[in-house]
Amino acid sequence: MPDSAIAVKGLVKKYGNFTAVDKVSFNVGEGEIFGLLGPNGAGKTTTISVLSTIISLTSGSAAVFGNDVDRNRDAVRSMIGMVFQDPSLDDELTGRENLDLHARFYGVKGEEKKRAIGEVLKLVELGAYADKQVRSYSGGMKRRLEIARGFIHKPRLLFLDEPTIGLDPQTRRKIWDYIKMLNERERLTIIITTHYMEEADELCDRIGIIDHGKIIALNTPEKLKDSLGGDVIRIGTPAPGKLASILKKRKFGMRVKEYGGDAVEITVRDGSALLPRIIALAEKGKIDVEYSTIKRPTLEDVFISLTGKAIREEEGDANTAMMRRFMGRR
Amino acid sequence: MASTIDTIYALWLREIKRYLKSKSRVVGSGGQPLIWLALFGVGFGSVFTLAGGASYLTFMAPGIMGMTLLFSSIFSGVNVIWDKQFGFMKEILVAPVSRVGIVLGKIAGSASIAMMNTIIVLIIIVIFGVLPLSHITVPSVVLTLIFMALISFVFISIGLLIASTVNNVEGFQVIINFLVMPLFFLSGAIFPITSKTPIWMQAISVIDPLRYGVDGMRSALLGTGGSVIYLDLAIMFVVAVAFVLVADWAFKRMQAK
Repeated sequence: MPDSAIAVKGLVKKYGNFTAVDKVSFNVGEGEIFGLLGPNGAGKTTTISVLSTIISLTSGSAAVFGNDVDRNRDAVRSMIGMVFQDPSLDDELTGRENLDLHARFYGVKGEEKKRAIGEVLKLVELGAYADKQVRSYSGGMKRRLEIARGFIHKPRLLFLDEPTIGLDPQTRRKIWDYIKMLNERERLTIIITTHYMEEADELCDRIGIIDHGKIIALNTPEKLKDSLGGDVIRIGTPAPGKLASILKKRKFGMRVKEYGGDAVEITVRDGSALLPRIIALAEKGKIDVEYSTIKRPTLEDVFISLTGKAIREEEGDANTAMMRRFMGRR
Repeated sequence: MASTIDTIYALWLREIKRYLKSKSRVVGSGGQPLIWLALFGVGFGSVFTLAGGASYLTFMAPGIMGMTLLFSSIFSGVNVIWDKQFGFMKEILVAPVSRVGIVLGKIAGSASIAMMNTIIVLIIIVIFGVLPLSHITVPSVVLTLIFMALISFVFISIGLLIASTVNNVEGFQVIINFLVMPLFFLSGAIFPITSKTPIWMQAISVIDPLRYGVDGMRSALLGTGGSVIYLDLAIMFVVAVAFVLVADWAFKRMQAK
C-alpha cells in the first residue's frame, strides 16, 4: 500500500512476561499528523520505537511506506526522521556540528548538506547559536535543534516522541508552530506521541488513544469529543427539579440531570446556540437563573469516559515510574 | 544512505572533534606516562641495571608508549557508555548506516587519539635524549606506527566489548581497573619477562597481547629482537582482527536487545 505512510497490524511487543504493546493496529495516511495519546507507560514510545526500527517486534507486522520495519530496516531508516523523548544530542559539539554529523549519517553531502543545515537552522531560528556548544543551550533550544536535525535529510515521515515534555508554554507554542509548518509546507507525515491533551487536540488530524498497550479509541479529535454527546451546559438555579422537568418535556439535549441540588446539567450538541433558548424557557417558567456555564468536552473527558481515570493521575504513580525505568533500559 | 566509508569518517571526525575540544584530555593523556617515566623510570633505574648495561630509561621508553596506548584505548569504551546514557547512541542506531561502519568508526577515532597521545610521548622521549635520535629512522617509525595501531585496535575492542555488557561508568571502571594492571605489568613494559621470571608469571604473560606489542615497538625503536619482530607483528595482527570481530559482534548484540 504505497499511499499509506504507516500500516500497523496486530503489533505486539513483549518484554519477558510484560506486554508493552498489545495487538495494536492502525494506518496513517501520507501528509497526516497522527497522535498517540495516553499516559506514561501506555506503550506509545514502544510503538514508535518499533516503527522506527530501534527495537524489534514480537509479533504482528508494521510497514513504513510499504517497507517492513523488521525486514527492511535500512529502507525505513532512510525515510524517517526521529525526535526522541530524551535528549540525543552530542552536547560537547556545537549545534552545527551535530547537524553536520547527522547529514553525514544520512548521506547528505557537499553543497546540499550546507544548504540543508542553513535552512533548518533558519527554520528553528537557531542560526545565531549554531556555533555554540550544545551544552550551553536551554532545554527549548535543544528541542528545536533536535527537530531541525530530524528534518535535515528530508524524511517523508517524522516521529516526535513527547516533543514538548518539560517545556514552558511559550516554547511549547513555538514548537507546535514548527510542527504545523513542516506538515503544511513540506507535506510531511508526522507521528506524535504525547500525554498532553491540548497538544494532541491542537496538532493532530487523528488521534489514537492508547492505554495499557491497547488502542482504545481512534478518530479525529472532534469526533472523539462528540462521542461524549456534545457540550455540557450547567444552569445554577434554586429550582433544579422544576427546570429539569421542563427541559425534559421539551426534549432538550441528549441528557438532562440535576446536579448537586442547585443546578441542572444538560448535554447538547451545540451549547452556545441552545443556551439562550434554555434561559428563555426558564424565564417563561418563572425560574431564577443564578449562573450558566458551557463546557466543551476535552480529550481528557474522553479519556476518563473510556478508562474511568484521568491521564494525569498516573504521572506520579510509583508503578508507572518503575515501568518507565524498566522500559528505559531497553 | 551513507556508505560504510562515510559512516566511519563521520564517527572518526566526531571523536577527533570531541578530543580537540577538551584540552584537559590532551594534556592529561600525555602527562601521566611522562610522570611514570620521570619518577618511576629515573628512581627505579638508579638501583636497577639491565644485562648488557643498557640504560633503564631507554629500556622503559617503549613500555611507557605501550602503557599510553593501553590506557587511552581501553578507557575509550567509556564513550560508548556516555553515548548510551546521554542518548546519542539512539541517534546513531536509528540512522541508515551499516552497523560494522559504526564499530569501525569508533575504533578508528579512538585509535587516532591513542596514537596521537603516544606520538607526543615519543617526541618528548626523543627530545629528552632517552631514545637516541639515531634510532629514529623511516623503517623504525613505520614499524612502530603499525604496532601502535594494532595495539590500540586490540584494546579499544576490549573496551567496546566491556562497555557493551555494562550500563554505567562505575561498573566499567571497576572492570577496566581490574584488567589494566596485570595487562601492564605482565607485558614487559617496565621489567623484562625472562626465563628467570616465575613460571606462573611467564604463563600469564604469554596471553597478554600488550607483551607482543611492546616487544615489537622495542625491537623497532631499540633495534633489539631481530627476526622476532615479525612474529610479534603476526601475533598482533591476528589478535587485533579477532578482537575487532568480537567487538563488532558485541555491539550488534547490544543494539538488538
